[in-house]
Amino acid sequence: MKADALSGGFFDPVFGAQAVFRALLRALSRPGEIENLPGLVRPPTPLNPAAAAVIACLADADTPIFLDRPLAESEAVRDWIGFHIGAPIVSLAGRATFAVISDPEKMPPLADFWLGTEEYPDRSTTLVLQVTGFEGSRTLTLQGPGIAETSALAPDPLPARLIGQLEENRRIFPRGVDIVFASRHAIAGLPRSTRILNGAA
Amino acid sequence: MSTAQEKPETPYNFAYLDEQTKRMIRRAILKAVAIPGYQVPFASREMPMPYGWGTGGVQVTASLIGPDDVLKVIDQGADDTTNAVSIRSFFAKVAGVKTTTHTKEASLIQTRHRVPEMPLSENQILVYQVPIPEPLRFLEPRETETRLMHALEEYGLMHVKLYEDIARHGHIATTYAYPVKVEGRYVMDPSPIPKFDNPKLTNSPALQLFGAGREKRIYALPPYTRVESLDFEDHPFRVQEFSEPCGLCGASGVYLDEVILDDHGGRMFVCSDTDHCEGRREAGHRGHLAGAMGAPGAEAAE
Repeated sequence: MKADALSGGFFDPVFGAQAVFRALLRALSRPGEIENLPGLVRPPTPLNPAAAAVIACLADADTPIFLDRPLAESEAVRDWIGFHIGAPIVSLAGRATFAVISDPEKMPPLADFWLGTEEYPDRSTTLVLQVTGFEGSRTLTLQGPGIAETSALAPDPLPARLIGQLEENRRIFPRGVDIVFASRHAIAGLPRSTRILNGAA
Repeated sequence: MSTAQEKPETPYNFAYLDEQTKRMIRRAILKAVAIPGYQVPFASREMPMPYGWGTGGVQVTASLIGPDDVLKVIDQGADDTTNAVSIRSFFAKVAGVKTTTHTKEASLIQTRHRVPEMPLSENQILVYQVPIPEPLRFLEPRETETRLMHALEEYGLMHVKLYEDIARHGHIATTYAYPVKVEGRYVMDPSPIPKFDNPKLTNSPALQLFGAGREKRIYALPPYTRVESLDFEDHPFRVQEFSEPCGLCGASGVYLDEVILDDHGGRMFVCSDTDHCEGRREAGHRGHLAGAMGAPGAEAAE
């Protein structure tokens, strides 16, 4: 382990985690709204600060994390997660409580992750998808719990095949994964309960 | 009311719970939000108060609360009863947060068995204390069975129960903890709020979280979620109506408590929501018994 891994965690673990959690709670209870998450942690690249803050807030030794290839291949990222979070890193998507994806274009299909059961739908993966921003070319129109009428979300990038998978994810409700999009300094939530109105077009 | 302090003077972590416990509860809350109405199991902790005193709500509040929050705690609508006072002073002590009795000023409201009369806003979170989270529990005691019934969306038994009410009493006799259906999927116990409050659950701008400490369950209603009280076409859901307005502030269309005044059948009705009632009296509203109770403010003094 390099010395770099020892720095860059929450400056204040208690209030840092609390601030991130409230932003996450707003993001997932109001799908489509963008929550600012100023740099509370300084992770090694390619892990971005908002995605790192989300897992530092929620994950610990009880919650296996799946990393996509660019993240898993970074020793610095694995060391940072090991030191600051202490979560086991797993290579099977279907075993992970959390998954961090640095390159959504090449991510495994959503159905590969832990989807929960009809009896225990809560036992499913929460995915953190790193994006560059929320002004992408494709805008999703969202409807469902947490949304008064409709809301809009345009994560960039948004792979075309992911849209179809998100619709399938809604079809198997109450099973399914929940998604947090994370740009460097902001997050947006897309829980399984949200319907995409303009998907298949 | 206490003021915010820099560091609470206690040997405990901020808001009492350790950070690993908070993470576990926070994960449960987020899953509850993602599956509205579904009861998420969580590893409920022993709290420094007995089960039945709101340990579920306290754990949810402790996982949410931050130094900028303003906390209000109500017990059956009142800010000044034992349960409300002790939980409010608990958080003032272990989290050093600002507390209030005014609904409008609060960012977090923990409640036992009432929804405030004043409509909530998008910036508020309502945390309910829940004794029995499983709406089917008194109909089917086995957890394995009720879990399967929720999985299969098999809620016929609940309608049979409401039907038996009608057969026996001529109307649906359930007046509190009246079961609701969330987004057309999960049947949920709204905690023992009077059914008067059920219409406030649907399409609320505020996030609503439910914590059951002894039963180890957390569930949620995100803002703007469709919540329907179960009923029948020929016996539609109805809320309670009161024959007279509040004796102190004259409010009608609010939930009232009956107070016995003497041994000769004397009684009065007063607002269950004390903050709402005080606010109205400060604004000059007077009920027909307000004079008999002394000058306004005299009975509000603690």
